Amino acid sequence: MIDAELASQVVRLALDRGASDAECTLSEGEEFSAGVRMRSLETLKDAGSRGAGLRVLLGQQVGSSYTSDLSSEGIRKLVDSALEIAAISTEDPHAGLPDPSELGSLSGDLQLYSDDVNRIDTSQRIELALQAEDAALSADPRITNSEGASFDAYSGERVFANSRGFLGSYRVSSCSLSTTPVAREGESMERDYWYSYARNYSKLESPAAIGRKAAQRALRRLGSRKVPTQKVPVVFDQLTARSLISNIFEAVDGDSVYRKASFLADKLGERVASENVTIIDDSTIPGLFGTSPFDDEGVPTRRTVVIDRGILTSYLLNTYTGRKLGLRTTGNAARGLTGNASVGHGNLFLEKGERSPEEIIRGIRKGLYVTELIGSGVNTVTGDYSRGAAGQWIENGEFAYPVSEITIASTLQQMLMDFAAIGSDLEFRGSVASPTLMIGEMTVSGQ
Amino acid sequence: MALSESFFGQKFGITEHDLQSYLNEALSAGGDYADLYFEYLATSSLSIDESIVKSAVQGVSLGVGVRVIAGERTGYAYSDDLSPEKIRRAARVAACIAKGPAKVDKTGFEEANKRDLYPILQAPNETSLTERVDLVKRADRAARAYDSRIFQVQASYADSLRQVLVANTDGVLSFDRQPMARMNVGVLARQGNGSPQRGFAGGGGRVALDFFQNEHSPEEFARESARQAIVQLDAVPAPAGEMTVVLGPGWPGILLHEAVGHGLEADFNRKKVSAFSDRIGQQVASPLCTVIDDGTIRNRRGSLNVDDEGAPTQKNILIEKGVLRGYLFDKLSSRLLRSGATGNGRRESYQHIPMPRMTNTFMLAGDSDPGDIVRSTPRGLYCANFGGGQVDITSGNFVFSASESYLIEDGRITRPVRGATLIGNGPEALKYVSMVGNDLKLDEGVGICGKEGQSVPVGVGIPTIKVDRMTVGGTSG
Repeated sequence: MIDAELASQVVRLALDRGASDAECTLSEGEEFSAGVRMRSLETLKDAGSRGAGLRVLLGQQVGSSYTSDLSSEGIRKLVDSALEIAAISTEDPHAGLPDPSELGSLSGDLQLYSDDVNRIDTSQRIELALQAEDAALSADPRITNSEGASFDAYSGERVFANSRGFLGSYRVSSCSLSTTPVAREGESMERDYWYSYARNYSKLESPAAIGRKAAQRALRRLGSRKVPTQKVPVVFDQLTARSLISNIFEAVDGDSVYRKASFLADKLGERVASENVTIIDDSTIPGLFGTSPFDDEGVPTRRTVVIDRGILTSYLLNTYTGRKLGLRTTGNAARGLTGNASVGHGNLFLEKGERSPEEIIRGIRKGLYVTELIGSGVNTVTGDYSRGAAGQWIENGEFAYPVSEITIASTLQQMLMDFAAIGSDLEFRGSVASPTLMIGEMTVSGQ
Repeated sequence: MALSESFFGQKFGITEHDLQSYLNEALSAGGDYADLYFEYLATSSLSIDESIVKSAVQGVSLGVGVRVIAGERTGYAYSDDLSPEKIRRAARVAACIAKGPAKVDKTGFEEANKRDLYPILQAPNETSLTERVDLVKRADRAARAYDSRIFQVQASYADSLRQVLVANTDGVLSFDRQPMARMNVGVLARQGNGSPQRGFAGGGGRVALDFFQNEHSPEEFARESARQAIVQLDAVPAPAGEMTVVLGPGWPGILLHEAVGHGLEADFNRKKVSAFSDRIGQQVASPLCTVIDDGTIRNRRGSLNVDDEGAPTQKNILIEKGVLRGYLFDKLSSRLLRSGATGNGRRESYQHIPMPRMTNTFMLAGDSDPGDIVRSTPRGLYCANFGGGQVDITSGNFVFSASESYLIEDGRITRPVRGATLIGNGPEALKYVSMVGNDLKLDEGVGICGKEGQSVPVGVGIPTIKVDRMTVGGTSG
C-alpha cells in the first residue's frame, strides 16, 4: 500500500518551493494475467508499479510533472520539474483548483475493492482460462481454432491530495475472464469473443457460460455476406449500443462543449433526442466500474441526468470546463497521473425500455442487427456517423443470414431523434452500458 | 560502446556480471531463453489552446522487464525499481513459467550490430523549453492568420527520449537511444451558422528540434490543418455503395497497414487465425503491388536501430508484384516457426511483452502519372486524408475513415464530401488495384498503431493508387 501521507508531503514541498497551489496524485497497481491457447498455458504475467504526479500553479500559470521514482531525490525532481515547466506556460484566467466548498468524498462502502480474487492461486486462475477456452472449443465441430483465453486480475490504489486541504484515497480491484474462439466452415473463417468482468471474483460468470457464448457469437458469423446498399432500421445489440452512448459522451464532455466542438454545444434545455431517451451518468452506484468516492480533482461524485426524456439537461464538467461555461463542476474530472484534468464519465447509461430484444427484432420486416462495429468514423463536431459493421440480416422478424463488410451511416442528430425502440436488457459490463436499441432508419452500404 | 560507457552503465552502474546473474535467475527453473529490457523514458509535452499555453508536462519513468520463454510459453514480470533484489525477484516470477532444472548460461555478451538511423547530438528534450514553446505559439498564430473562419486552434508539441538496454541468453547485448518528436495542429472552422468543421495536421519523427525549424515548420502544419477545415465547410454528403476509389499519396498508406500489414504479423499466422495464414506464394494483390515494411529509414517515426528485443531492424518484402512473400517476426514467432528474424519485435514499454509489429509500411511506386489516374476515372471517390483504421485479422475485413475526400466526376476531382468510412477485405481489396502512381510519399510522422492494448509509433506510405472496387460508407444513394 502507498503511504497516503506522501501525497501531502509532495504538496507541501511544492508550496515551500513557491507554488501558489498544488495537487498530487499517487497511484499503485498490480496486474496479473494468465493466457492459455489450444488447451495449454501460453503466458503468465505478474508485476506491479507505482507513480506520482504533480500539478502546480504559479498564480494563473500551470505546470505538471510525473515520475516513477518515489525516492526523496525522485520527489525533489518531481517538484522542480513541475515548477520549471509552469514558468513557461501562459496565465489562464480560468485555471485553478476547485473551491474548497466543492471538495469532499462520498461516505460508505462503495464496494470497489475485494480481496477474494487473491484467495485463488495461480494454478486455479490458469484452470479458469483453460475451462473457458475448452467450453468454446467443445461447443461445435466448426470451432476449429482459438486465439486463446485469459484470466486477468488487477488491484490498485489511488491517492489524491491538494493544497486546499483535500486528502483522499481508495482501492479498487477487478478481474476478468475472456475467450476468443475461431470458427471455420469452407472458406469462411470468423472469430468473436465473450467475457465477464467484475470487481469481485465471486461475481464472475462461469467459464463454461463464457466459452459457450463466445462460440455462439463466432459461429453465427460464418458464411456472412454483403447486402445491397439501402436504408433500413438498425438494431444495436448491448455491446454496440454501448459505443453509441460513448459517442454521446464525447458530445456532452464540457471540454468539447465550451470549444463549440460538439453538435450538442449551446443546446442545453433543448430537445435533442426522442422522448424515450434518458441518459444518466452516475458514479455513486456501489460495485460498478465507473464508481468512485471522489473525482480526480477531489470533488465528490454524483448522479447527473444528461438527457431527460429527450431534453438535454446537463453537460458533464470538471472545475475548468464548468468555469468556462459559467456552470459548476459535476464531479467528472478525470486524469491519469498528472496534467490538467479532462472530463470523464462514471457509470454512463441509457435507461432501459419496455421491450425484450426478441420483441424488437420480431417487429422488423427488413433490417440489420449489429453485433460488431469497427473503425473510428464518428465525428462528434458535426455528428457525422459512418462505421464498419457486422451482424445479422433481419427478414420478417427473424435472423435470415449473417452480414459483414458493410457500413452503417447517418448523423448522431438524426439517430438520437429516431430511437424507435429501447430494450429492457440493461446490464453493466463496463462503465458505459446500454440496453438493445433500434434506430428507425440508417444507410447500410454494401454492394 | 562498452556497457560501462552506456546510459545504464553510467547512471545505474549496471555491469555484465549483473546482467548475467539476472538472466541466470530467470532460467533458474529451466526455460529456453530469457531477456532483460531496461528502459528509461523522459517525456515533455506542451499545448496551446485559445492562444494560451494551458498545459505543460514533463516526467520520467524507469523500469526493467524480464521475460522467460519455455517452448511456446512466456513468463513476464517487471520492476520499476532497478535495485538488484527487485530485479532478481522479477526474474524469479518470470521463471515460474518453466518447470525443470536450472540452466546456467555463461557465454558472455556480444554487442549487436547496429545502424545509426537517428544520429542526433542533442535530443529535443535536451534543448531549452522556451524554444519548444515558441513552436506551438507560431502554429497558433499561423492557423488563425490563414482564414478568418478559423475560430479554434489547439497546437501541441511532444517529445521523448528513450534509453534502452537489451540483454538476452543468446549473448546479445544492445543499447539504443531513441529520440522522438511530434507536432499536431487541430483547428475548427465555421461559416455563418453552419456546423463547425475540423482540420488536423501534424508531423515529426526521430528528429532534432531543427526539423521543426527548418524542414517542416509549425506554420506548414498550421496552414495544412486550416486548409482541411476550410475545405470541409463546403462538403456534401458522402456517397454510399461500391465504387472506384483513388487514394492520394502519403498517409492513405494506412490502407496497407490495415488491409495487409496486421494480417502478416507472425503471431497471428503461427496460430493460423489470420486471413493470410498459409498463403505465402499466393497472389493476394494485383501484380502492380509491392509492399515493404522497412524499419531502417533514417529519422522516420517507425524506424529503430534495433527492435525492442535487440535485433537489428531490416527492410522486409511482404508482397512482391502481388504475391505474398513473408511475415513479420518477433523472437518467439521466429523460434517457433524456425524463421530468421525480421527485426519486428516491439513493445510499448518495459511493462509489456514484445509482439510482431510493423515499422514503416509502404507500397513501391509504379509507372502511372497521378493526373492520368484521376482522368481515367469517370466516377469515383478521391481520398486525400484519413483518420484511423481498424482490421479484423481473421475475417480480413478492414475499415479506414476518410477525413478529406472528393467526388471524381468525368475524370476530374470536383466537390469535397463529408467524412466516410471505407470498408474492404484484406486478401481481396488489393486485387482491384488497377493503377499505381509514380509519386510514392511517406506520411508526415504521426502514426500510432494499437494492438492488444499496446501502442507503438509507426509510419506508412503509398503512391497514388486506383482501386476499382471498394465500399464507401456514406449516406447519399
